Amino acid sequence: MTVPPTTAPTEPTSAPGTTGRGSEQTMHVEDRPAVATPAAEKSIRVTVNGTVHERTVSVRRSLVEFLREDLGLTGTHVGCEHGVCGACTVLMDGEPIRACLMFAVQADGAEFTTVEGLAEGDRLHPIQQAFWDHHGLQCGFCTPGILLTTYDFLRDNRGADEAEIREAVSGNLCRCTGYQGIVRSVQAADETWER
Amino acid sequence: MKPAPFDYLAPTTIEETLDVLAEHGDEAKVLAGGQSLVPMLNFRLARPAVLVDINHVAGLDGIEVAADSLTLGAAVRQRALETRLPGQLPRPSAWGLLPEAVGYVGHQQIRARGTLGGSLAHADPAAELPAAVTALGATLCLRSADGQREVGPDEFFEGFFTTCLAPEELLVAIRVPAWPAGTGTSFLEVSRRRGDFAQVAVAAAITVADGRITRAGIALAGVAGGTVHARELEDGLVGQAPAAGTFAELAADYAATLDPPPDVHGPAEYRRALAAHLLERALTEATGRSSAAAA
Ligand SMILES: Cc1cc2nc3c(=O)[nH]c(=O)nc-3n(C[C@H](O)[C@H](O)[C@H](O)COP(=O)(O)OP(=O)(O)OC[C@H]3O[C@@H](n4cnc5c(N)ncnc54)[C@H](O)[C@@H]3O)c2cc1C
Repeated sequence: MTVPPTTAPTEPTSAPGTTGRGSEQTMHVEDRPAVATPAAEKSIRVTVNGTVHERTVSVRRSLVEFLREDLGLTGTHVGCEHGVCGACTVLMDGEPIRACLMFAVQADGAEFTTVEGLAEGDRLHPIQQAFWDHHGLQCGFCTPGILLTTYDFLRDNRGADEAEIREAVSGNLCRCTGYQGIVRSVQAADETWER
Repeated sequence: MKPAPFDYLAPTTIEETLDVLAEHGDEAKVLAGGQSLVPMLNFRLARPAVLVDINHVAGLDGIEVAADSLTLGAAVRQRALETRLPGQLPRPSAWGLLPEAVGYVGHQQIRARGTLGGSLAHADPAAELPAAVTALGATLCLRSADGQREVGPDEFFEGFFTTCLAPEELLVAIRVPAWPAGTGTSFLEVSRRRGDFAQVAVAAAITVADGRITRAGIALAGVAGGTVHARELEDGLVGQAPAAGTFAELAADYAATLDPPPDVHGPAEYRRALAAHLLERALTEATGRSSAAAA
């Protein structure tokens, strides 16, 4: 495959190290193409749980694949890969999003929190402890996504009632617990998490 | 990696985006929030050669509130309609229909990325935002390298996942006119679960002056192959005094003209019954709020 011709090279873009498709040609920083040159690979710089990572990724690599396979952060789970199940939910610049519906290239410059970023060393985050104490999980597949959704919800809300909690976790499918344990865990974390 | 290979572009200006779209034509796809497009790429229902990411384009995510119109950039996030917009609106305002409708779109995690323009351009027949902008009589501003045009919802929405957007065109903004004093709105929906697409949803804006309905904007989602603009019902309402009996009759008559697709959740008759019921309730709620608005 060939590198499409660079049309009207302009100022280097803020996205570092954009390369053309294929390995036969690597652009130097000086002749970095204009942003209007399609690319099949791109260098990105993302912060995950406080650590900065720089990698070159295929543009069709999803964010969740990047987290799991490139960074080895396998706590974020991949379920349906079309946004429905919520297993891959992570925080992007503080907001919960689906990591399966973003490409890693789109994450350039952003900050993420994954489930690995919740505990402090061996000490579970109060939300994790509450899920442990109140049987908020069974098989655990949905749990990372639910924990991050809960983190965002409790950060902004105190004293939520059951209906509000059920609404808050409605975008995360759990097929084991029937949600009773999850609701109890969120209620407990609401009490114990000092924030 | 699930999608077929594509090249990726992230332009930063509208002009650059339009040039890229002109160059690649129907080989290119605009990537906004990705909440509909990425699933389609993953299923390989869409296989564009070039993905044009508009998330870095300046000037596409503005919210401008003026006396006579509300202008929303196409890339305004659905979540912003829900959290940022309400505080900027005059009270009462017909524009409140937008935050009301957007709360029914998927889940918070979807709305955090999904955009207003993406939902309109995707034109899912069961989607809430196309119904809301149709009821409000919004204007959609489209641009291409060759120029710009403004179209109303009736022209924009052509049917099942189809709009009048040409491959090289970008939806840049949505302009919603102000409605007169005495306007009330209502958005109601029935879906199987919280966050699901509508089985039936109804969007209504109704103006009442001197005890008579002077203007009505009504649209439905989930009852046909595309967003439905209930023009006959609007015409039937204008001139009437708001009254429960009138609403029930007009809603039932209108719903009887619908021919919704049957699906696993029920036959066409079920959706017709939902439509009649939701329309009646929406008319009651909107006119109730309009008298509150006029007071
Ligand atoms: C689990 C889940 C549940 C959902 N539930 C609902 C729901 O209940 N109701 C609902 O309405 N939606 C729902 N959605 C879809 C969601 O609202 C999408 O955000 C929306 O349909 C598309 O917006 P987007 O910004 O994500 O666009 P994208 O997915 O990026 O794009 C969608 C289409 O629009 C085109 N496009 C986008 N922006 C422009 C533009 N400015 N100009 C021209 N073309 C453009 C793209 O090329 C593409 O064809 C759901 C999605 C998921 C994953």
